[in-house]
Amino acid sequence: MLRYASAWLGGLSLLAVSSSASADWEVNMTKGVTDVSHSVFNLHMTIFWICVAIGVIVFGIMFWSMFMHRKSRGAVPATFHENLTVEILWTVIPLLILVGIAIPATKTLIDIYDTEDPDIDIMVTGYQWRWQYNYVGEDVSFFSHMTTSRDAINNVADKGENYLLEVDEPVVIPVGKKVRFLVTSADVIHSWWVPSLAVKRDAIPGFINESWTRVEEPGIYRGQCTELCGRDHAFMPIVVDARSQEDYDTWLAEKKEFAAREAELTEKEWTLEELMERGERVYSSTCASCHQPTGQGIPGAFPSLVGTDMVMNDLTGHIDIVVNGSPGTAMAAFGAQLSEVDLAAVITYERNAWGNDTGDLVTPLDILELEEDQ
Amino acid sequence: MSAVIDHHHADHAHGPAKGLMRWVLTTNHKDIGSMYLWFSFAMFLLGGSMAMVIRAELFQPGLQLVQPEFFNQMTTTHGLIMVFGAVMPAFVGLANWMIPLMIGAPDMALPRMNNFSFWLLPAAFGLLLSTLFMEGGGPNFGWTFYAPLSTTYAPPSVTFFIFAIHLAGISSIMGAINIIATVLNLRAPGMTLMKMPLFVWTWLITAFLLIAVMPVLAGAVTMMLMDIHFGTSFFNAAGGGDPVMFQHIFWFFGHPEVYIMILPAFGAVSMIIPAFSRKPLFGYTSMVYATGAIAFLSFAVWAHHMFTVGIPLTGELFFMYATMLIAVPTGVKVFNWVSTMFRGSLTFEAPMLFSVAFVILFTIGGFSGLMLAMAPADFQYHDTYFVVAHFHYVLVPGAIFGIFASAYYWLPKWTGFMYDEVLAKTHFWMSFVGMNLAFFPMHFVGLAGMPRRIPDYNMMFANFNMVSSVGAFMFGATQLLFLYIVIKCIRGGPKAAANPWEGAEGLEWTVPSPAPYHTFTTPPEVK
Repeated sequence: MLRYASAWLGGLSLLAVSSSASADWEVNMTKGVTDVSHSVFNLHMTIFWICVAIGVIVFGIMFWSMFMHRKSRGAVPATFHENLTVEILWTVIPLLILVGIAIPATKTLIDIYDTEDPDIDIMVTGYQWRWQYNYVGEDVSFFSHMTTSRDAINNVADKGENYLLEVDEPVVIPVGKKVRFLVTSADVIHSWWVPSLAVKRDAIPGFINESWTRVEEPGIYRGQCTELCGRDHAFMPIVVDARSQEDYDTWLAEKKEFAAREAELTEKEWTLEELMERGERVYSSTCASCHQPTGQGIPGAFPSLVGTDMVMNDLTGHIDIVVNGSPGTAMAAFGAQLSEVDLAAVITYERNAWGNDTGDLVTPLDILELEEDQ
Repeated sequence: MSAVIDHHHADHAHGPAKGLMRWVLTTNHKDIGSMYLWFSFAMFLLGGSMAMVIRAELFQPGLQLVQPEFFNQMTTTHGLIMVFGAVMPAFVGLANWMIPLMIGAPDMALPRMNNFSFWLLPAAFGLLLSTLFMEGGGPNFGWTFYAPLSTTYAPPSVTFFIFAIHLAGISSIMGAINIIATVLNLRAPGMTLMKMPLFVWTWLITAFLLIAVMPVLAGAVTMMLMDIHFGTSFFNAAGGGDPVMFQHIFWFFGHPEVYIMILPAFGAVSMIIPAFSRKPLFGYTSMVYATGAIAFLSFAVWAHHMFTVGIPLTGELFFMYATMLIAVPTGVKVFNWVSTMFRGSLTFEAPMLFSVAFVILFTIGGFSGLMLAMAPADFQYHDTYFVVAHFHYVLVPGAIFGIFASAYYWLPKWTGFMYDEVLAKTHFWMSFVGMNLAFFPMHFVGLAGMPRRIPDYNMMFANFNMVSSVGAFMFGATQLLFLYIVIKCIRGGPKAAANPWEGAEGLEWTVPSPAPYHTFTTPPEVK
C-alpha cells in the first residue's frame, strides 16, 4: 500500500518537474540570454503594464456605468454631450504616455541596429526548407536540416522533447563575442528567429540583412522560421549552440578538417553502390521534400522523377537541371549548394532508384568537367 | 392620351418584381443590401468552416487531418474570404440598406452600378473557390501573398486568384463611388454634413479609403501577373526586381484596408450605444475628426508590418512613431463611447451587448496593437501567434461584433418583426465566451514562441492550442444559431413599431417597419 502511494507521489512529482521543464502553460515572452533580449523584454513588460493600467481605468468607469446607470435601477439619463476640458486632457495625456515609451523603444532599436565591428560574421541563407550557415573567411559552410522524423510528425513514432526544434548541425557560436548574422535567401522569403537572442531577420532573395548577438552563457537556443515559405515552413528549425571560445575553436578546426577530407573525395574512384548510398542520404535531406521520398512528386506542383524521359534518357539535361536549376520555377540551382560528390551521388541515385535502373553512373569528375565548361 | 399617362404613372409605383429575376435585375437599394448581407453571411460560414479545419488540425501536435499543403490553402483562403468576402460586403450591405434611409434619399445615387457591383462578387468568389479543386491546389501563400512565394513558387491556379482579386476590387471601388455619390448628392434638405449619423460619416471616409487603395492592390496583382506570364521581374531579385517592393505596395493597400474593415463598425456602435444609453453621443464632432485622423494616418504607417525586413533605422523610427500616434484618435473614440454610457440609462438588448463587447475587446486588440507598434518588441512578436491574437481581437469583436450589433439593431426595420431576444442573448454570450477562449490563449503561445501559419508545433504549445480549438468550435457552431434567429425573425414574431427602440434616433425610424420597398420618394425635411 505504502509502496503504491510512494510510487504515485513519485510519479506526481516527476510530472510536476517535467511540466515545469517543458513550460506547457508558458504565457510570456522569454527574457532571453543577451543584453538586447533583456531590454526588449523590459520594454515589453513596461508597455504591458501601461496598457493594464489604462485598461483598469477605462473598463473600471465602463463597468461602474454598466452597473450603476442601468435603467432597471431607475437611472435617469443626463443630457451632456461634450466637455472641451476632458476632451483636450484625454488627447494630451495619451500623447505624453506615448512619448514616454517611445524613448526607451528608440534606445533599444538603435542598439539592435548597431551591427558595426563584429568579431565573427556568419552568413545565414534560407532555402526551402533548410538553413545554410557560412562562416565568412573560415571556409566552413554547411546545411542544417530538421531531424524530427516524418513518423513522429505523422504520430507513428513518439515525439521527443525538442519535437520540430532539432537539427542535424546546429550553428555554433562562441560566447562573449559579437557575432553578426548576414541573412539572405536562395528562393522565397524566410525569417531567421531565435527568441532567446531576440534576433529576427527576414531572409530575402537579393538582399543581405544584418543582425547581431552577443551571448554570455553557453547553451542551446532554439527557434523557427517565421515567414511563410511554402509547404514545410513549420519544419525548418534553427538551433544555436553557444560554446566557450576554446570549444568553439576545437569545433571550427574539426569542421575545416572535415571539409578538406570531403574535397579529396572528388578525385576518388566511386562504385555504383557507394554513390547510391550517399545519394539516398542527399536525396532525402535535399530533394525529398518536393519530389517526395517515392520520387513521384506532387501532381501540379512538383514533377515526378520516376520513369520520365529526362531521368531515363537525357543524362546531360538531368545534370544541367540539377546543377543550374530551372529559372521561373521552384527548382533551385543545386550547383551552388551541393559538392560535386553530392551532386554526382544524387543524380546517380535518381537514375537508379524507384525502378528507373538505368545503370548510369555519374562521377564527381563528370560534374566538375561540366561546371568548368560553363 | 390620358390612358397612356395613367399607365405610365401606375408603372412608376410598382413593387418588387416577381420571381428570380427580381434579384438578378434589381436596382433597389434594399434588395441589393439584402443580397450583400446574405452573400457575406454565406462567405462568413464558409470562411468559418475553413477556420474549423485549421483549428481541428492544430488541436494536437502532429499532423492528423490535413497535410501542410492543404493547411496552407486553408489559412490563405480563410483570410481572403473573411476579409474580401465576409466583412467588406457585410458593411456594403449595411450601407446599401441604411445610408439612403439615414439621409432621407430615395435610393443609392447609381442604382444600376449598384446591381453590377454586387453581382461581380459571386463571380469573384466562385472563381477563387474553384482554384481549390484545380491541379496543384488553390492559393497557399497566405492572404498577404508575398512574392516570390506567390509568383515564381506559386501553384498554377494563382492566375485565377489574381483575376478574382481584380473582380472583388472592381466591385469594392464601384460600391465606394456609389456611396460617395449618394452621401454628397442625395441628402435630404437640412441634412448638413455635421448632422449626418456617424455610420454615414464613417462610411463616407471609408469609401475614400477604398478608392485610394483598391487600385494599389490591383496594381500589385497585375505586376504579379506580368511576372508570372509576361517575363517581367518586378518582384524577382534574379531579374533585378525587388521582393520587398511587393510588401511596400501590399501594405500601402493593406493598412488602410484594416481601417476599411473597422471604421463602419465604429460608426454603427456610435449610433447603438447612445440609443441604449438613452443619452446623446458624447463628442460627435471629435468622433468625426478622430475618424478622419485615423484614415489620414493609415496611409503613413504601412511599414510597421515590415519591421523585420531590414528597412533603415530612420525608416523604422518614423513608422514606429507614426503608428503609436494612431493610439491617440482611437483612444478619443473609446473615451467618447465610455462617456456616452456614463450617467446614461442603460439597457442591454442584443445590439447593446455586442456594442459594449465591441468597445472592451476592440480596446484589448488596440492594446496589443500598441505593443506591436514598438519596433524592438516587434522583433519578438512579428509573425507569431501574438499577431494572430491581435488582429482577431480587432476583427472578430471589432468588425464582426459591429456587424452583429447592426444586424440586431436594424432587423426590426428590415423584417417588420422583433427578433427573439432570448436566443439573441444566447448568441451573444456563446460568441463572447467562444471568441475569448479561441483568441486569448493565442497571445500566450505567440509570446512563448509559436510562429503563425504552421500546421504543427512543439508540445510546449499544446495546452493552449487545445483551449483555442475548443473555443473556436464553440464560436463557429454558435453562428448557426444566428442564422436560425434571422430566419425566425423574417418568418414572423412580435410586430415591430416604426421605432422599436426607446432611445433610437434618426430618419430610418420615421418610416414604417418593415421599411416599404420605396422610401423617401419625397425628401423629408430635417430641422
